[in-house]
Formats: sequence, C-alpha cells, structure tokens
Amino acid sequence: MSLTELEFQGETTGSGPVQVIQGRSPWVLAWRRLRQDKVAVASLIVILLLALLAILAPVIAAWVGHPPNMPYTNQGLSSTGLPVAPSSTFFFGTDDLGRDLFIRVLYGAQVSLLVGFVSTLIGTVLGVAVGMMAGYFGGWIDTVLARSTDAVLAFPYVVLALALAVVFGPSLLEVIVVISFFSWAAIARVVRGQTLSIKEKEYIEAARSIGASPMRIMVLDILPNLIAPVLVLATLAIPTAIVFEATLSFLGVGVQPPTASWGNLLSQAQAFYQTSWWYLIFPTAFLLLTTLAFNLLGDGVRDALDPRTERLFAAQRKRGRARSKGAKPAATVEGAS
Amino acid sequence: MTSPQAATPAAAPPGEDDVLVRVENLVKYFPIRGPGLLARTVGHVQAVDGVSLELRRGQTLGLVGETGSGKTTLARCIAGLIPITSGRVIFDGHDIAGLSRRAMRPYRRDIQMIFQDPYGSLNPRRRVGSIIGDPFAVHHTASGAARKRAIQELMERVGLNPEHYNRFPAEFSGGQRQRIGLARALALRPKLIIADEPVSALDVSIQAQILNLLADLQNDFGLTYLFIAHDLEVVRHVSNQVTVMYLGRICEQGPKDPVYEKPRHPYTAALLSAAPAADPDAAAARQRIILTGDIPSPINPPSGCRFHPRCPKAQDLCHEQDPPLETKPGDAPEHQTACHFPVQPGEDLTTTSTIAAADASAGTGGEGSSLTGGAA
Amino acid sequence: MGFASFLIRRILLGIVVLWFVTVATFLLFFVAPQDPARLLAGKNTTAAQIANINRRLGLDQPLIVQYWHYLDRLLHGDLGTSYLTGTSVNTILKQDLPPTLSLLVGGVVLWLIVGISVGILSATRARTLLDRISTTGVLIGITFPTFVLGLLLLFAIYKPLNQAGFHWIQTGYEGPTQSVSGWVGHMILPWITIAAVSAATYTRLTRGSLLDVLGEDYIRTARSKGLSERRVVYRHGVRAALTPVVSQLGVDIGTLAGGAVVTETVFGLGGIGQASVTAITTGDAPVVLGVVLMAALFVVVANLIVDICYSILDPRVKLA
Repeated sequence: MSLTELEFQGETTGSGPVQVIQGRSPWVLAWRRLRQDKVAVASLIVILLLALLAILAPVIAAWVGHPPNMPYTNQGLSSTGLPVAPSSTFFFGTDDLGRDLFIRVLYGAQVSLLVGFVSTLIGTVLGVAVGMMAGYFGGWIDTVLARSTDAVLAFPYVVLALALAVVFGPSLLEVIVVISFFSWAAIARVVRGQTLSIKEKEYIEAARSIGASPMRIMVLDILPNLIAPVLVLATLAIPTAIVFEATLSFLGVGVQPPTASWGNLLSQAQAFYQTSWWYLIFPTAFLLLTTLAFNLLGDGVRDALDPRTERLFAAQRKRGRARSKGAKPAATVEGAS
Repeated sequence: MTSPQAATPAAAPPGEDDVLVRVENLVKYFPIRGPGLLARTVGHVQAVDGVSLELRRGQTLGLVGETGSGKTTLARCIAGLIPITSGRVIFDGHDIAGLSRRAMRPYRRDIQMIFQDPYGSLNPRRRVGSIIGDPFAVHHTASGAARKRAIQELMERVGLNPEHYNRFPAEFSGGQRQRIGLARALALRPKLIIADEPVSALDVSIQAQILNLLADLQNDFGLTYLFIAHDLEVVRHVSNQVTVMYLGRICEQGPKDPVYEKPRHPYTAALLSAAPAADPDAAAARQRIILTGDIPSPINPPSGCRFHPRCPKAQDLCHEQDPPLETKPGDAPEHQTACHFPVQPGEDLTTTSTIAAADASAGTGGEGSSLTGGAA
Repeated sequence: MGFASFLIRRILLGIVVLWFVTVATFLLFFVAPQDPARLLAGKNTTAAQIANINRRLGLDQPLIVQYWHYLDRLLHGDLGTSYLTGTSVNTILKQDLPPTLSLLVGGVVLWLIVGISVGILSATRARTLLDRISTTGVLIGITFPTFVLGLLLLFAIYKPLNQAGFHWIQTGYEGPTQSVSGWVGHMILPWITIAAVSAATYTRLTRGSLLDVLGEDYIRTARSKGLSERRVVYRHGVRAALTPVVSQLGVDIGTLAGGAVVTETVFGLGGIGQASVTAITTGDAPVVLGVVLMAALFVVVANLIVDICYSILDPRVKLA
C-alpha cells in the first residue's frame, strides 16, 4: 500500500493540462461478469427471441395468413367438432373454435411480455420511491408506509386480486393495474431495508455534513447503491407478474377472450386435455420457457452484481473435496469472509 | 491570559485568543423505546452529559476517550448532524444548536468533518471527482470547468494525482481515501474541521503522512481542528489543548503539556500509563495502572463521579457527589480536573491499583466495592 | 413478556384486524359498479322486480345501516345468506371447509418436509451431483404456475392412469371420514400441486440459510472441538438456519389462500377457494364477506402459531 502511495505522490504534476483517466465502473465489471455466464446469456437470448416473436406477431400472422381470432370451422375443426392436431397448415394445431393456435400463442406472448414489463416497471418505480422514503425519513412516514406495505403483502393476494378485478371489470388495463399494485410492495420492503442500512454509512453522514438536501442525498447517494439489488428484484419480478396474469386470465378475471392470453388459452384447454394435447402443451411450454428464462437471467444478474456468493461456494467446494479425499475438514483454510 | 506556546508545527500564531466554537453544557440523551405499537420511552442512553469546551481559532483541540465516552456523539452534535437534548453550541458568535436544516446551511460551509473509516466514508458508486465536487454543487459556488479545475487543485493539494479524477474509491488505498475525504472537506474553505479518528484505521507509516498533511493544511488555510482519537500519542503530536472524556463527561482538560506531564485525574493517569513509551528502558521501568472492569453502560451510569467504580482512589464522597470541573491548586489556570481526590505529584497509583484489590477479593471475598471493578 | 399477556395482546390485535377486514371488504363491495339485484334478477326484469329484490336483501338502505346490521348478525354467529342461492353462508362455509382444510394442511406438511429435507441435503452436499439436480429442480419448481402444474398432473398422471383402468386417483373431493385411501387418492395430486412451488422456494431458502450458518465461526469451532459432522449440522446448524424459514412461513400463509383457489378450481374440489371465485364473479357479497373473514382468521391464527414456533426456535427472540 505505502509503495502505491509513494508512487502517486511522485506522479503529482503541477504543469500542463491534466488528462483524466477513466475509472473502471462497477457496472462495466458486472456486465463483463454477466457476459461470461453462459446460462444467463442463453436466457437473455431466449427472452429477446420471444420479444421479437411477440412484436412480429401481426407480421407472422399475415405471412401465415391466419388472423388470431379467425375460426376456421372447416379446416380447423375435425368432423366431430374437435380441434385438429399440429400440421403444416396449423403449426400448433387449432383451438376449440378452430383458430390457429400458433398465432394465438404468439399474441399471447404479446400480452404476457407487455404485462410483465409494464407492471414490473410501475411496481419498481413505486416500490423504490416508497421504500426509499420510508427508509430514509423514518418516523411517522416510515410507520405509515411500512405498515401499508406489510398490509399489502400479508393479504391473500389472489382473493384480493379477484375482488379488484371484478370491481373494475376484467381487461388488460385492469390486469396491469392489479399486478402493479401487488408488485410494488415486495420491492418497497427490500428497498426500505437496504435504505436503512445504507443510511447508516458514513458517506451519507458526510453528505449531510456538507449540507446536501434529503432529495439530493436520496438521488445521488442512496439510489446508485440501490440499483444493484433492485435490478435483481425487478428481473425476478417479471416472471411473477407473467404468472400472475396467466393465473388471473385462467380464472376468468384477466384478459378476456377472444384476446389471446396464455392464461385464458389454458383455461379453455382444460376441457380438451383428454383429446387435444397440443391445446394444453404449447401454451404451457411457452409459459414455462419464458418464466424459466427470466428466473435464470435474474440469478445471473444477481451473481454478476454480487460475486461474494462465489467465494462462499469456493470454500464449500474445498471442504467437500477435502472431505471426500479423507482429509480432516479443520485443515482447510476458510476462503469465505 | 495567554495560552502556553506549543512547540509542535501545528501551533497557531501566538496570541490568537479568539474563540471559534464555544460549547456550553451540551447534553445529548438518546431515548430507548420500549417494544410494541405505542412505544414508550423506557430509558435514555446518556451519551453526553453536560460538556462545556472552547475551540480557539487556528488551534487544535484533542478529544480523547474510550469507546462509549461520548466523544463521537459530541463531535456530531457540534457538527449539527444530530439534534442535541439541551445546551448551546456557539459558532463564531452564533448559536447553531437546534437550527433548521435551511438555517444551518450557511454554517455547513464553515464546519466540515472527516471520518474514521476510509472505506465507509466515500460512496463506492460515485467517482472521486464527483465526491470532492459535491460541496461546490450543493452550495452552487462553482460549476463546469471552473469546478473541475478547483477539484483538481484540491486533489493536488492533498497529495493525490488529479488525473484520477474519474476513478472510483475502490481503486485507492486507505490513506488515499482519507486524502479524498480531506479534499472534500476543504472544498469550501471551512473554518473548522472535525476529525473523527481520521488515522485510526490506517497503517502507522501512513498515519504519519496524513498527520503531517493535516498540519500543513492547518498552516496554509488557517484551520481550526477538533481532533478526536483514542491514541494518546497521536493526540499529543497534533494538539494544542487536550480534553479527556469518560462516560459522557469531561474528566480533565487543559493545554497539552500540563495534562500529559502532570495528569491530575486518575483516569488520565491510567490512560497515559498504558500508552507505549518511546524509550524502551522507561517503558520497562514504568508500571501500568490497570483498571478492572468494563466501562459501565451509559444507560445507567454510576452515581456521583462516573469513574468511581474503577478508580483506585475512590472513596465514599466519590460515590455520592459529582465532582465539579475546576482548576486544582498548583495547576495552570486553564488546566481543569473533575476529581475529589486528584492525583498528587509523585503519587504512584500502581500501589493502590486495582490489581492488589482484585487479588485480595479473589482470596478473601472482596474489599469495598469502590476498589474493585464495577459491573457494566 | 409473559406468555399469557403476549397471547392476549395477539388475540386482541387479531380481532382488530378482523374488524378492519370486514370494513374494507364491505366498502369494496358496495362501491363496486356491480348490481347484485340485477344479476340475480336476470336479463329481462322490470324495475319493480329489482326494487323488490333490493328491499328483500336490504340493499336499499344506507351503507352504514347495512354495515351495522351485518356486524350485529356477525356477533351472533350469523354470516348472512347467499344472494345467489339463498342458503345460509354458515352452511356454505361448513360444507366447503373440509376440502380446503385438507388441501392446505396436507400441502403445508408436504412442502415443509420436502423443502427442508432437500434443502438440508443440498447444503450439506453443496456442488455435488445431488445438489445440482435439486438446484435445477428448484429452479423449475419456482417457475411453475400452480394452475399449470395442476393441469399437467391431470394430463400426465390422472388421464393415463384412468385410461389404464387404475382409478385410485380421482378429481373432486372425498373426505377422510368416508375412506382414508379414497381421501388420499383424491388429494394426492392437489397436494403436490399446491406444495410444489413452495417446496422449491423453501428448499432454496433452507439451503441458502444453512450454507450461511455453516460458514459461521461458531460452527467451525464446533467442528474443531471434534463434534461429529452430523451433530454439528443438525443440532447447531439447522436450528439456526430454520429461523428465516419459519418467518417466511408466516408470510406465505397469506399466499396459501391464493394457491388454494387455483388448485381447487383445477381439481374441482369444491372448497372455499372455488366458492369465493363464484361468489366474487357473481357479486354474492355475503358469501364473499364470509370467505374473506375466514381467510383473515386463518392468516391471523397461522401467524400466531408461526410466531410461537419462531420464539421456540430462536430463544433470543422475545415474544413482543
């Protein structure tokens, strides 16, 4: 350390224009770590592909020639009125009204991704605002905000969601509103906890001693330190929102037919699972793939932003290997701190 | 009444009698809330209990004490970072205790702090230039290219390479981070810098560099320092005046030479006896005064003199009456002690030390409670 | 804090919470744009018929009065009558309670057992094949929406078994008093469905928590003292690791009700969850109020039990 000190002391120059060396931002480092995580990269690619498909759904529908809500009663239904199996005409088969299931699944992707992103975005913004203010200001503000957060979290959410959905009439907008209403609470709680611990750090005291206003402290000092955990939460909140929408639509209080949503597709598929496996399997596969991808990406983001967990596992691995080789565990050096 | 001439380079120009900060009877209690929805206050942590002191312009006041003595709380009260329970803090003639955030703003330019932890006192997500430039931004004193120039000048002044303007704190060593903190504190040319254990977390060789830097800056900028530490030798090196705190109260204060050479309070004497001496022979010859027991809890401090449970000289009076802070006979007028039975010149506390008492109580079952260590 | 006073405080708090719930639900319902009278009366009605229904159900009175009547009846143990079917809400709830209780109790037991044991196994054999398999399983489990799992189980297990002539697994509900084997046969798939996601969550939680605890210094001390690995892990490690799991359980009790709704719908169990869906979509206020009250009661009681367990596990926690 002292050597570096001396080095820098020596480098102090008084003459000439001072060039500025770019620092290695923690974000750049995290991004590099993420790039190396193959699973996370694969998930990201899957998500981007899905998004592409969703955006291009109308284009694809036009190219295939099957609008999503058009019932093909002749081609699309069997002689007994049941859906037809996947074929070159209908890639995923048809649904109970003879509509092209493939196209409907793609349109369903639109709904899922839209609801996922928008509700999470709203929920995150609200959650961060509420959590940060509750954590920073404390006192009665904190009491009010924290209790509200707890109340929202404790309530059986499906029941409340059902009630809200019925009260406001089921629709896409209503689904987004309901899901946003529930997602902010989980984020607010974590943000509040993080803010409480950040608030105790000396650099916050330093900012106050300079005379910075609470707003400035929250935005410039606390918020940058929140981005990492919030990013992880948000990435993991998206699949929750997607599943939530699917569940609501499944129960009939979400997106209404004829608009396709993976949830209401599955609701209609219930009656046909004995005869038409494709009606159940394809929407399920897409739903699972999407949520799995987001969950894996969320894990990858978390590991990229917080490499500490790797060190803990390294210590575990060493212990495990030592044990299996017959060596005494006490002999290994603890790598975790 | 002139202050004694200090021989160290950190001395202020002689004759500067002007008082920059006067603290009068500062009290800070932290309420302890009971559990439950309607939390009642069940007690108080008496962190600072009636402290008065003066900081003279251009001088350095060293504030010493153990963990729990209240010195950090006191510093933050003076800096206006925590509200005080009662008392006055008079800065440059104005009472700044209890001012609203808005009213306090102009004073924030004049009072700055540097902190102990070089790793916690800088926001890891901000670039160093931005951190140092914060005061300029908050007080709208400089912007754009002018601000950047000012920041880089500050960096040079504290011994940092101005090319590292865009680096993150993680890329600097502990000593360099303290320099960054210093640069930030100096940005608005404050009058007072409160240094809360600024070198405790650094390697010894770096400590010396930082202390020298502090001395230079004091000369160049005419700064007044409140220097908090628990290491007596460091305090001796930098201070003009010394104040020793114990459990929220001052037990001894005065110009540094009298306090160091002739400590009157048993606590001060014990601290000094524990400090390493430069001369190994003297160190070997010296006997340490051992204080048994831990520092008691500030929630329920001992009655009378707070130090009496651990004091080798304690008697019943100490248990009953709180000793006033006053000049003892034979001392310089500014050297004040709060003790009923101050240490006499030549008195050897090791003979009446608590080691003997501890041995006795281990054997027989105890002397009077005033001689053995008090329970926390 | 004495245990008795703790208990009394919590019970009082619970009653306050329940009261809040009635107010909130009442308000929600009666500000809804739905008109129960119209729904009941059907499509072609006259104004007179609607007015009639309103008077009969007491809907033409001011909100406060209605609430007062409701509260009054409630304190006498009467939850009102369903707008839709006219049967007493008490009866409906009594009928629908057993399937829901079976589902929830069985589900919780299943997910706790699976979650905690797999979590412990995973943590003690971190990074081995077993751990990797369980981690992948966890990831899949967390991802699965409950209703999808239910449908898939029906598709992959119920259908083939039934077609092959093996009829033990059935949809619908049969109580244990009729036949225990039948009860299990009806409930096994719903139990798996409701437990799966939570089992995955709890596996991950237990694993993470146990790994953290096992990395602590006092565990290292225990090991170096020569205690057997098993004792170290189970006596010291698991006990400490379980506290976040138990507190998580408190939070999850609330979401149980949600999972119940979906599972009951998929398997046709006819429990409270299913009843609530029907009631909500038809605007059957008394049934909804009854259901919500039951759910809230369940949450309050469950949280109380969880808190007690929590303080048993972690003696540092005072019953405050």
